[in-house]
Amino acid sequence: MKLLYFAWVRSKIGMAAETVSPPESVRDVAGLLDWLRARGAGYADALANPAVVRVAVNQRFARPADPVAPGDEIGIFPPVTGG
Amino acid sequence: MAVRIQEADFDVGAEMAALSAGRSDVGGVASFVGLVRDIAGGTAVTAMTLEHYPGMTEGELERVEAEACARWPLQASLIVHRVGALKPGDNIVLVITASRHRQAAFSAAEFLMDYLKSSAPFWKKEIDAEGRAGWVEARASDERAAERWQLPARADD
Repeated sequence: MKLLYFAWVRSKIGMAAETVSPPESVRDVAGLLDWLRARGAGYADALANPAVVRVAVNQRFARPADPVAPGDEIGIFPPVTGG
Repeated sequence: MAVRIQEADFDVGAEMAALSAGRSDVGGVASFVGLVRDIAGGTAVTAMTLEHYPGMTEGELERVEAEACARWPLQASLIVHRVGALKPGDNIVLVITASRHRQAAFSAAEFLMDYLKSSAPFWKKEIDAEGRAGWVEARASDERAAERWQLPARADD
């Protein structure tokens, strides 16, 4: 599973991308975020407030209950501010 | 229908002319240009950096453009969004719509901008006169602007 981080999520976690293999118990977006929060202080800080964390699964916006699977590309980022 | 993400500036006049060049069925062309402001939340802004999610950005903009084409009889449209280092007064975004009649062109351009602001994965970082950098926070008013275009849910959804 490839994870991509953007904007201040990237700054807080300290990298732009990584490949991870979460346990099988991680089946959805909410579960993935919980698993990531336990990986270290930077993750916990970046993902502390779900209200300002957006997730895309394979480049489409996803909700907490949407499934994630090995091989997916997961983007994690703040609310967008373009335009 | 086209979407471009680029670091380079764009020429509004040339882009508008290109959209209707060689055709006589276009009745009106509407455009919107977004610029970098020199003040944000009472603080002077001296520079801005725009980053995006390559791949997803293009996908979201193409989806939004297709949605606009489904709602209004557009003959052509273009979205250009810049990324990278910008300064106050610089162009950020360009939306152009062409249709037989003005109402579709105006409405579709507004729809494209509202949806782009709430769904395209771009992030702005502003730098002030002291060199302090801060990520721009999303505005609830932008979310509401996009929501007003949503159709009532169908009974069979």
